[in-house]
Amino acid sequence: MKVLVAVKRVVDYNVKIRVKSDNTGVETANVKMSMNPFDEIGVEEAVRLKEAGKATEIVAVSMGPQACQETIRTALAMGADRGILVLTDAELQPLAVAKILKVLCDKEQPGLVILGKQAIDDDCNQTGQMLAALLDWPQATFASKLELGVSDARVTREIDGGLETITVTLPAVLTTDLRLNEPRYASLPNIMKAKKKPIDTVDPASLGVDVAPRLSTLKVNEPAKRQAGVKVATVADLVAKLKTEAKVI
Amino acid sequence: MQPYHAPLRDMRFVLYELLGADRQLSALPGWEEVTADLIDPILDEAAKFCREVLFPLNRSGDEEGCRFENGVVRTPKGFKAAYDLFRQGGWTGLMAAGADGGQELPRLLGQMVSEMICSANLAFGIYPGLSQGAYAALAVHGDEALKRAYLPKLASGDWTGTMCLTEPQCGTDLGLIRTRAQPQEDGSARITGTKIFISAGEHDLADNILHLVLARLPDAPKGIKGISLFLVPKFVPGPDGRPGRPNGVACSAIEHKMGINASATCVIHFDDATGYLVGEPNKGMRAMFRMMNEARLAVGIQGLGLAEAAYQGAVAYARERQQGRALGKPSRPDLPADPILVHPDVRRMLLTIRAKTEGARALAAWVALEMDKAARGGDRARREETEDLAALLTPIIKASFTDMGFEAANLGVQVMGGHGYIREHGMEQLVRDARITLLYEGTNGVQALDLIGRKLTAHGGRFLRRFFHPLDAYLAAKAGDPALAEFVQPLAKAFGRLQQASAAIALQGLKNPSDAAAGAADYLRLFGLVAMGFQWARMAETALAALAEGQGGEADFYQAKLATARFFMARLLPECGALLATVAEGGKTLADFPDRAF
Repeated sequence: MKVLVAVKRVVDYNVKIRVKSDNTGVETANVKMSMNPFDEIGVEEAVRLKEAGKATEIVAVSMGPQACQETIRTALAMGADRGILVLTDAELQPLAVAKILKVLCDKEQPGLVILGKQAIDDDCNQTGQMLAALLDWPQATFASKLELGVSDARVTREIDGGLETITVTLPAVLTTDLRLNEPRYASLPNIMKAKKKPIDTVDPASLGVDVAPRLSTLKVNEPAKRQAGVKVATVADLVAKLKTEAKVI
Repeated sequence: MQPYHAPLRDMRFVLYELLGADRQLSALPGWEEVTADLIDPILDEAAKFCREVLFPLNRSGDEEGCRFENGVVRTPKGFKAAYDLFRQGGWTGLMAAGADGGQELPRLLGQMVSEMICSANLAFGIYPGLSQGAYAALAVHGDEALKRAYLPKLASGDWTGTMCLTEPQCGTDLGLIRTRAQPQEDGSARITGTKIFISAGEHDLADNILHLVLARLPDAPKGIKGISLFLVPKFVPGPDGRPGRPNGVACSAIEHKMGINASATCVIHFDDATGYLVGEPNKGMRAMFRMMNEARLAVGIQGLGLAEAAYQGAVAYARERQQGRALGKPSRPDLPADPILVHPDVRRMLLTIRAKTEGARALAAWVALEMDKAARGGDRARREETEDLAALLTPIIKASFTDMGFEAANLGVQVMGGHGYIREHGMEQLVRDARITLLYEGTNGVQALDLIGRKLTAHGGRFLRRFFHPLDAYLAAKAGDPALAEFVQPLAKAFGRLQQASAAIALQGLKNPSDAAAGAADYLRLFGLVAMGFQWARMAETALAALAEGQGGEADFYQAKLATARFFMARLLPECGALLATVAEGGKTLADFPDRAF
């Protein structure tokens, strides 16, 4: 079975995010970028499937400027077999990404597509669901456990009330949650091998996808600074404030 | 505690912008693939590993330390798992030959990865670090059978190495070694003696430990000319190559130390232990010196790593901690006090650490790249030139970088005030860990004597010219450049002082060697400053060029480089004047002081 994994290049999770001075977005120039952590979990899961003999090939897909190639190389160093870079400088919103992935799935015919449940930059949490709808495939989102069968997959999902276990028929779309696995460190020999693995470059137009944004960003602001707290004298004061001011109890 | 983040931007500046290392390395045979798109992911992954795996074990490893129970050494919690990850990740074989299962990557890259390891967890780094030294000695001096049997195990990290030199009566003066070697009919030898201060001498990280032991054959000449090198495995490998019967090697104690508490420093007894000669009989010092020179450069990098860690911790604290007001106008009127970063003395300390650290990183990288180029290309003359340069700069890198690491950690404590002295912020550990680097692999005093006694005098000053000529040529080429004048002029002045000091040392050496020895440490410090200053001028030039090309997005980075270069030239390099005065004074005030008055 072929597994397709989507990997997004985002601002590294260690970086303190700064809003651009003109409020048009987040500062990404000269900021350390790396693979979206949820996508890293996706790559790890795919590699484990391959190591268990359940997957035969892993294709890592990324979209954006040329630098996204580095993110694909990271996936290749973790164990993916080849990459597809969809090269574009356009702003990509979840629907456009889902449409591109749909075309790639039509071409590649994977048995399973794995995406992060969301990317840590825009936190959209939409692409996997949209892709499943476009493909008309089952979706198993927020996965914390995957047991892959021949024609179906048993997936444990993290939901508000706890854990839910479902079975989806393949092919299917899976989105990863934090506890699905702990991604490995790429080994030095694999980093070196990754350089020689193939990456195909395509562009949205050649795939016949219109990526023009459907939403426009009006303004991006820093979150409001946290206000200084107050000390309360007694527990009774605290309860009163929680009731009357915070209105949480 | 401030988490460690590898200075990747500065490393890339040095690699690509200052040295053009990607271009130069990928032009060499076998390293065609060593371009930025390979170097970057390697550095990135090493940085991640150091941050996420090694750094979190630094404090706990220090608190817990190694434990010695019934002849067995237990490393602190988490060290074995971290070492397994490190080994499985292939990091132990970064520079090892492909034939031994290594990755055969350039020294320059290995050195940058080492810096990160030393910043994150020096005590951990000592275990694989010693294996690397053992690998180097064995690869050059071992016979084919030894190499085949042992090099792949060192490259994979399955087994680790040690250097067994020191004995209770024998430290710096290796001529005093007593450990004996009795040749056997099968070509092996039986080794008997006691070695102390053996780092990684016994531990639970690997299946076997390979001791490289200096010992005397029965009819060996007295002193240093009668010493041979032997490989003594903890377990003698069986015919299948796996660790077999226990050898006559036992650890009887570990030292209780000031720092690097997670590194096991062992007393090792050899009792009729089976050993194998490495290199020729009575020529052990040659092989050991190869290992020693590797180790001295590696210890210099430890100093660099510690200085970087100290900088990061001190800066984070200075940004957060609010005390007092800036002497002019408040920088943060909205707060009850300004961050201590505003105070000139705090800035002086932070910039001192930073300017030396970045200067040292560039200097070490330059030397490593030259060594890589000589190893893979160039003719014999070229190789000789590079060997000369490395030989000259090895004691300087060892001593001046470790002085720097210790100074940086102390300044880091000073920036934090009392909060640096308590354990919570991790800075006092850096002071304690750094302290050993000035001592092992030859104290910094011994490095200074090596510099003036061996390196300066070798081949009529030939080594010295390998550094003086490129610096001279650089100064001559840039003398007329007004944009560089603020960097080149102070450097030229400091270089003049170094030349004067070199002449003074040479003259003292002829007339009265004690005079030269008295100024040796100051001379080495002076040399280190000029060597860093050379790199600072070149870095300033590189930064100016980048700004002129309109690297607008990163203007802050290059401006900071220039500002640091200015600080180095204006506030650190002038020390050369004082150092020259001390060197020129000679040793009279030391010699005249009566022994009984001490």
